[in-house]
Amino acid sequence: MKAHLTRRYMFSASHRLHSDHLSAEENRTVYGKCNNPHGHGHNYMLEVTVSGPVDEQTGMVCNLVDLDGFVGSEILDRFDHENLNLRPEFATEVPTTENLCIAIYEIMKRGFHKAHLDKIRIEETMMNSFEYAGE
Amino acid sequence: MVYLTRKAEFSASHFYHNPNFTPEENRRVFGKCNNPNGHGHNYTLEVTVKGAVDPNSGFVVDLKQLKDVMGREVLDALDHRFLNKEVPEFFSNIPTTENLAIAIWQRLAPKLNTAQLHRVRVYETPDLFVDFYGEA
Repeated sequence: MKAHLTRRYMFSASHRLHSDHLSAEENRTVYGKCNNPHGHGHNYMLEVTVSGPVDEQTGMVCNLVDLDGFVGSEILDRFDHENLNLRPEFATEVPTTENLCIAIYEIMKRGFHKAHLDKIRIEETMMNSFEYAGE
Repeated sequence: MVYLTRKAEFSASHFYHNPNFTPEENRRVFGKCNNPNGHGHNYTLEVTVKGAVDPNSGFVVDLKQLKDVMGREVLDALDHRFLNKEVPEFFSNIPTTENLAIAIWQRLAPKLNTAQLHRVRVYETPDLFVDFYGEA
């Protein structure tokens, strides 16, 4: 029997939305307040969904200790209380929540092999959320 | 096709233990959840059904009937119970959230005659939930 397991995590980070491909005025037009040169922050809510057959011996899709351990060391330690613009993941990409979803998905896909990665979902605020499933 | 979700809450206790494992293996795999005296959760259940909207009633499903079936088949059996000791599915299966979602699906699917079951979602805590779509 195949089940899908979702775990929620929180982290806080700052960012500034600014593209080097746009003029200063275009950046202000496209990104609005998010283009403020000093940046601003969010409490991000991250949802990681994995799936697989439920192991008959453990009753689990994957052990939460493994999932929490990987997300803790590879995602939360990397991004929590950091300035996303200064991270190598965003050296050439604008740290929108779309791109953050993709970056986290790619890190999970590369390094976490205890269950199939279905989806990354991030709430930037209570009013907006983003999902990436590798499409 | 329209999807309708109904929520319910129940509280139950459980612990994780596999008799095929040594005591050390049980402690290593299941951690704190291996405490044989059990521990509890406030579970939130979301049942999603799907179907065409009936042109006469405007409903996908009679909500009263869905609520009654969820109450009779799931909540009466699980709420304020020790899952390992009182719910037959877990006399031999470990009552993880994964197996709980599967057991709830199997209890509901044959009883929902007016709509098709789409998804059972069980929240063990606000930070952890499992979805089961009836996939083999």
